[in-house]
Amino acid sequence: MRGFPWRETIRTGLLGSVVALHLSLVGMVEAFSRREIVKDVVTLGQLLLLLVVLVAGYLAARKAAERNKAYAIIAGLIVGLIIGAVLAALALSIKPLHLRQVFTNASRGLVRVLLFDKKGMAGVLTLLAVMGGGGIAAGLLELLPNHVRRPLLYALIATLTLGLLRDIFAVILPRSISRFFYTSSGLTVKGAVVLAVAWTLYFAAAERWGQQVRGRLEALPPEKQKPLRLGAYAIALILLLVLPKLLGERGGYIFEVLDIVGIYIVMGLGLNIVVGFAGLLDLGYVAFFAIGAYTMAVLTTPELPAVRQYIPPMDFWEALPLALLASLLSGIILGVPVLKTRGDYLAIITLGFGEIIRLLVISDALKPILGGAQGITGVARPHLFGWTAKTPQDFFYFILVAIAIGFFISVRLKDSRLGRAWKAIREDEDVAIAMGIDHVATKLTAFATGATLAGLSGAIFSSKLFSIAPHSFNILISIYVLSLLIVGGIGSLPGVVVGAFALVGLPELLREFAEYRMLVYGAALVMMMIFRPQGLWPETLHAEEYARRKGTSTAKTATAGARE
Amino acid sequence: MGILDMIHVTKRFGGLIAVNDVTITVEPRTIHSIIGPNGAGKTTLFNCITGFYRADEGEIIFDGEPIQFLPPDEIARMGIARTYQNIRLFSNLSVLENVLVGMHSHLHSWFIEPILGLPSYKREEAEARKEAMRLLEFVELDDKAFFLSKNLPYGEQRRLEIARALALKPKVLLLDEPTAGMNPRETEETMALIRRLRDERGITIVLIEHDMKVVMNISDTISVLDYGQKIAEGTPLEIRTNPRVIEAYLGRGAAMGLSQAA
Repeated sequence: MRGFPWRETIRTGLLGSVVALHLSLVGMVEAFSRREIVKDVVTLGQLLLLLVVLVAGYLAARKAAERNKAYAIIAGLIVGLIIGAVLAALALSIKPLHLRQVFTNASRGLVRVLLFDKKGMAGVLTLLAVMGGGGIAAGLLELLPNHVRRPLLYALIATLTLGLLRDIFAVILPRSISRFFYTSSGLTVKGAVVLAVAWTLYFAAAERWGQQVRGRLEALPPEKQKPLRLGAYAIALILLLVLPKLLGERGGYIFEVLDIVGIYIVMGLGLNIVVGFAGLLDLGYVAFFAIGAYTMAVLTTPELPAVRQYIPPMDFWEALPLALLASLLSGIILGVPVLKTRGDYLAIITLGFGEIIRLLVISDALKPILGGAQGITGVARPHLFGWTAKTPQDFFYFILVAIAIGFFISVRLKDSRLGRAWKAIREDEDVAIAMGIDHVATKLTAFATGATLAGLSGAIFSSKLFSIAPHSFNILISIYVLSLLIVGGIGSLPGVVVGAFALVGLPELLREFAEYRMLVYGAALVMMMIFRPQGLWPETLHAEEYARRKGTSTAKTATAGARE
Repeated sequence: MGILDMIHVTKRFGGLIAVNDVTITVEPRTIHSIIGPNGAGKTTLFNCITGFYRADEGEIIFDGEPIQFLPPDEIARMGIARTYQNIRLFSNLSVLENVLVGMHSHLHSWFIEPILGLPSYKREEAEARKEAMRLLEFVELDDKAFFLSKNLPYGEQRRLEIARALALKPKVLLLDEPTAGMNPRETEETMALIRRLRDERGITIVLIEHDMKVVMNISDTISVLDYGQKIAEGTPLEIRTNPRVIEAYLGRGAAMGLSQAA
């Protein structure tokens, strides 16, 4: 095998091994192996390791294929075998070396997962075979032409995702269909096969004809495009409105999750105005969420005699405007001292602000008013014409309205004079000022708008939970909201939704993730910054530009390659 | 009194006197160049005029009003626009948006108008877009209105910066080395553009420039700074023969002679 890139291949294999070892020893593999994706075939834990093999194998195969097509498969195989061997070594050495004393997660359960429930040599061989097979698959994947590889990959991802999200779909679907596809955990084998085939056909068709259909739609005159688009929106809206009724009692869990995601979407939309539009890095955003939530709670609860002696408890609709006003004012109050600060300094001040609010809320001095560490219970619920919202489904509607408000404000302001002023300040504050932009008013409006949306989100949150406590308002909330913006694509409105589902919805659905939430967040953010810095769903103008530049750069490398 | 008067302006940075007792009168509808060796205080003077630096001493009178204590955004709204030595566009905004930002002070909507979608707001925006496209046409960038400004080639970025400054409808336009880094043909085009600004739009131009060919060609008046002090002022012909200027530029004298010969 002349010219085979031994060094790169082995290095990639070892790197993959390190990742696999890490995932195993922090306990992710074992924890995830309790969730089956396809019944009795593959668990999430095994999938995690296979994924490592696939990625590492693919990277090595791509390198090797530059020399010789056939090398791709060999490189994939070698990478798979290296990772398999390292994992086998781990599995076999846990007991004799008493690894458990150092790594608490190096348990017997992990060994069982790694060796596929088999003992000794049989287990090792199975592991090697599976990992090697994964490596070969990665190599084959590299050799496939683009228009074959993409549908296959997408179909694989889609099928596995459906397996992963069993808890949603098994509930949503009618019993008879659900019984065919899902077992008590994960997909059935026949269901998985059917889904994989269907997805492959779908993505292949999309690959073959998607461009044409899109082209024909875009070629339509705008006045014909508009009803089509409005029709699509209307269908989506009707689905959203009908869904809670359709699912009835069964949907409780789903809507619990959707409500949380929605609350984060509203916050995300607000922070998007501050960070995405105006470029003011706010790390204490949770403060406004807390102020909205606490204003709602304090004004409506029957508790807190110190307050009740002056104001009788209000109902939800009376307290809501006051909650919004309180957060709006607090946005301006934070805004004034930070007007002159930029970048890192601004971030640090807002961080401090967030902590101040949390400490005030938890303090004993303010306990008669704010409830101290125990928090406040008995928050009023929204009512309409004698009907009171109680279940997650009921709150879903209110949250939907809040999201709509946030979207509407963002869309309308984005390309207005104010929105342009925000963006100009984000790009270059000095020049924006030299263009006659009043940076004081502009920044304060951004803070106030963002804060009000967070306050709205907080008010609904406290009402939904019925009770609130200070621990719900720690700094991590700010970080989550900021992360979902970054993952979705900063400044992008659909990005907020995508980011919220990815970073808030998925961990809620996959309870196994809860423990590893920060680990996954960190990894996801690092990956995003390296491979997709513009976010999952970037702002349109950016997207077009990225696509254009990518097009020209690949064209350039193609011509450069041809010249060689 | 001219449209823009700098009267005994001094600006110090610690022990360094960047601008030292400079008095310059810019006459309306002229192209007034400020030249001088590197570090002579030209850009500092620009920053004093636009309000980004506060002059330590002296007065700056624009259109009959003292502006040395006004904040920069207010000075901009009064009608002084500028471009930068190192191009400073809003790089992640489209070409059109850059110009629209320049029009900021001539538009009126704020928070509630766009949210309600008032007809007056829609009309204002539509007219602003039209006006912005006209400006882009003026600098021949209308076919690139929806490009991200950072993706424009260098020369076009310079022209966009001028278009953005024009959107302010300035009475006085401060240009900081507008032809820096341009090839001879682009320089030629930029000079023509600057002349058109004065002749067609009646804008007073204050120009910092190192290219002596440009300066001698288009200036009505030239002020020469050296070590923060004004050492000479006059028409291009006077400046060319002024012994103090030749002294200050001694190292460049040869180059100046060459560029004239060429």
